[in-house]
Amino acid sequence: MISSDPKQVKAICFDRIHLENQTSLAVAKKNGAYKFLPTVLKDFDKERIVDEVKKSGLRGRGGAGFPTGLKWSFVPRNTGKPTYLLCNADEGEPGTFKDRDIMRFDPHLLIEGMLMSGFALGVKDAYIYIRGEFLHEANVLDAAIEEAYAANLLGENILGTDFSMNLTVHRGAGAYICGEETALIESLEGRPGRPRFKPPFPAVEGFYRCPTVVNNVETLATIPAILEFGGDWHAAIGVPNNTGMKIFSVSGHVNKPGNYEVPMGTSLKTLIEEYCGGLQHGTVPKVIIPGGSSTPWLLAEHYDTPLTYDAMMKAGSMLGSGAIIVMDETADVIALTRRLTHFYAHESCGQCTPCREGTGWLERVMTRVENGQGCEEDLTVLHDAATHMAGRTICALADGAAAPILSLLKHFPDEVRARLMEKAA
Amino acid sequence: MSLQNEIHFTSERLQEIDVLVKKYPGKRSALLPVLHMAQKDFGYLSMAAQQLVADTLNLRLMVVREVVTFYTMFREKPCGTYLLEVCTNAGCMLNGANELLAHMTESLGIEVGETTADGMFTVTEVECAGACGGAPVVQINNEYHEKVDATYMDAFITRVSGGQS
Repeated sequence: MISSDPKQVKAICFDRIHLENQTSLAVAKKNGAYKFLPTVLKDFDKERIVDEVKKSGLRGRGGAGFPTGLKWSFVPRNTGKPTYLLCNADEGEPGTFKDRDIMRFDPHLLIEGMLMSGFALGVKDAYIYIRGEFLHEANVLDAAIEEAYAANLLGENILGTDFSMNLTVHRGAGAYICGEETALIESLEGRPGRPRFKPPFPAVEGFYRCPTVVNNVETLATIPAILEFGGDWHAAIGVPNNTGMKIFSVSGHVNKPGNYEVPMGTSLKTLIEEYCGGLQHGTVPKVIIPGGSSTPWLLAEHYDTPLTYDAMMKAGSMLGSGAIIVMDETADVIALTRRLTHFYAHESCGQCTPCREGTGWLERVMTRVENGQGCEEDLTVLHDAATHMAGRTICALADGAAAPILSLLKHFPDEVRARLMEKAA
Repeated sequence: MSLQNEIHFTSERLQEIDVLVKKYPGKRSALLPVLHMAQKDFGYLSMAAQQLVADTLNLRLMVVREVVTFYTMFREKPCGTYLLEVCTNAGCMLNGANELLAHMTESLGIEVGETTADGMFTVTEVECAGACGGAPVVQINNEYHEKVDATYMDAFITRVSGGQS
């Protein structure tokens, strides 16, 4: 049970996640799922819901950290067009694996969050765009949705109200870029996932050119608690401007990798030492990538940084999706960077020249460097390519591709130069 | 242009597609799901299968080809009975995925991307599977196996090969 005292809250999205058979509607209901839904549908004003979410300070959990309530408020009313709600479950940022746990262990929490959000936004048709590899999770969701339809929690006149909403699970097919919201929309329209130029933003012109809200799984799964306990309750968890709980996916060189939901503002060190059982080797991390592979690296000196959007920004990185990749002293940061350049080259959708060409350059040059066949000029090429890609494309994939290169060159120039010399030696 | 189709969706599939199409504002949205169905039914997306999908959804073949070639999960060639997809991205790499992949290709006597001569196993390298807490991750026919090591894979391969390694 989630505590109504914000200081006592242990979990929001993961509150019921470890309960057995939580995927079944009967069990989920017994454990409190959909308990507050009738109150919302019958007694809550749509504007009030948006206001509560604004008041809660909830920021998008998918990576950008944009205030959810504000995003919702951009949806124009009375356009005569339908408004669509899309759940972004394309979880593909290297290091991120939190949404998968919500979906496979507590699918009804996501459905309930989408119902409440859909109600607030006047949505008739909602979709969960889930990465194609998550076949099991898609099947779990499909089964949960089927049960919800049978119980009149989805479909026409939900729980006897005049609110009707359909929900469909839609599998992607292996493309990282589809996690970018406009690429997701393109993909959901049956096209290659190539991001659209913005503006117009999806809130105004999205799915089939209609007003569309795209929210991450964790974001939507937080909505039921916010509406039940109030925006002020949520705002009292964490720290100002970085409110609530957040799931961190911790991977790499820690003893207990996994998902941990902690209050915003918990320090990196506390998370790694107290929750994740510390590092596999040594006591000081060599590199921490705090928000997924596309975010700039932090070093041991940043170990005490609080896990907030603002503190991460101040430390020179980003909280991103909360995907923390930890490397201890044994890590080969050159090999890791080369591997990430391969990822971005593979995943570039190809429509913007700086990204399409730049990611290829980064991979080819990094491969030389990793193999000890590089030269001093290669470091200039890497730096120039990376700095000329970032910010010059339709979406942020190029910025993500540049981040590990720039971090490597900034923090480990000696290690890179030593590798260059290997060929000569 | 229409290729001579030698393959067809079953009537159950066609009914399923009819229901599916109605869930979207536009028919084209059903393209990815229908391609998944075709790949499941026919093993891979041959040109005939792609033409069938195009005809079923009333799309041009080129529209279907553009999507098939964009998404990595769509395969234009057959693969082994067991498709072994090893994630070698950051979290998995830091926990021995490259060594695991090398062990698998060596013990099966194939290169990454190849299929064994008996058609049993295809080994590929994939991008982040989104399960880094269980690194290294191997997908076996789209089922996740986590914290996989050489012993685990050897045992799996031996078991499905009927006890012979």
